Amino acid sequence: MAKKSKRPISPHLQVYKLPLTGIVSITHRMTGVMLSAGLVLFVYIIYAVFGGSTTYAAMQSFAGLWPIKVVYWGFVYALFFHLCHGVRHLIWDVGNSFDRETLNRYALIELGASLVLTLTILFFI
Amino acid sequence: MAEFTLPKNSVLTEGKTFKAAEGVTNIRRFEVYRWDPDSGENPRIDSYELDMDTCGPMILDAILKIKNEIDSTLTFRRSCREGVCGSCAMTVNGKNTLACTKSIDSYADTIKIFPLPHMQVIKDLVPDMTHFYAQYASIKPWIETQTPAPADSERLQSKEDREVLDGLYECVLCACCSTSCPSYWWNSERYLGPAVLLQAYRWLVDSRDENTGERLDELEDPFKLYRCHTIMNCTDTCPKGLNPAKAIAETKKLLVKRKLG
Repeated sequence: MAKKSKRPISPHLQVYKLPLTGIVSITHRMTGVMLSAGLVLFVYIIYAVFGGSTTYAAMQSFAGLWPIKVVYWGFVYALFFHLCHGVRHLIWDVGNSFDRETLNRYALIELGASLVLTLTILFFI
Repeated sequence: MAEFTLPKNSVLTEGKTFKAAEGVTNIRRFEVYRWDPDSGENPRIDSYELDMDTCGPMILDAILKIKNEIDSTLTFRRSCREGVCGSCAMTVNGKNTLACTKSIDSYADTIKIFPLPHMQVIKDLVPDMTHFYAQYASIKPWIETQTPAPADSERLQSKEDREVLDGLYECVLCACCSTSCPSYWWNSERYLGPAVLLQAYRWLVDSRDENTGERLDELEDPFKLYRCHTIMNCTDTCPKGLNPAKAIAETKKLLVKRKLG
């Protein structure tokens, strides 16, 4: 008989299909990290404003690049999504809306609401 | 700690394929996680083509058919075949469920079967539940009292008090919920997990139990209880239709209420 091998760990992330609530939950965490990291850009903008017309112009042309615009709007969406799921957490914390049937609906509402909020900002800028 | 990849000895390899007999028309393909502790090899995925015309309706029927007719070494737990013993919990097509109460027809195509996620595997579909049961024992799942028992009767419960336990007492401790929880995957050494926390809540709200204070003291811990981040995989997967996430939220509320007086 071959020697006993060490017990393996059964597959987890590799095989488990996260439900929508699970995807929304990990996205909340990731947007939290991204928003913190994104503050560096924010600091850069403030720095550029205080630096006067030369640094401001440089920042302006940098911010005009399309990949930066994508990052910018991604940041705004992440902010609103993080806010919406935060509100969801508050509702959960008081013990409400745990019904199985409504879980997916609430997750979709969060995603939709953050999109609407982002588009509203886009409209006003 | 969170480890997102599998250790070297747990990485899956391709296994054997058992083709259906010639002439069989109603075929369903099952891919099953296999690991033999005596082989010294990594786990593998074996594929079985089953004749659905001679197979029972449930996932458990298919697994039994494989064991009876194709490969008798396939190892798994099962007992009641009606969802009350909780033995045959496993991951079917990416979601934990009881093999005996889940019909084959609820899936469209190939059916992939794995042991409960992020557990030590003893053999094939049999995970080591030792730690899970130890955690269950740690919450003292029995009535604890301070007052002496009534002299001439049992400790009685009103109908309303009993109804409080609906949605809690049905839990069969199959561990589908706990092993679906990413927080439990990364922190199971300290986080109790949804199943055990639902059971803890079941004793917190039992009208006959008189040790609520001590029970809450035990749970008030950054890891035991508060590693729940409301991911909701537990409630999503529970094969008995229970709501562990809700029970955990109610426990957190009890702790807040106690603090506020």
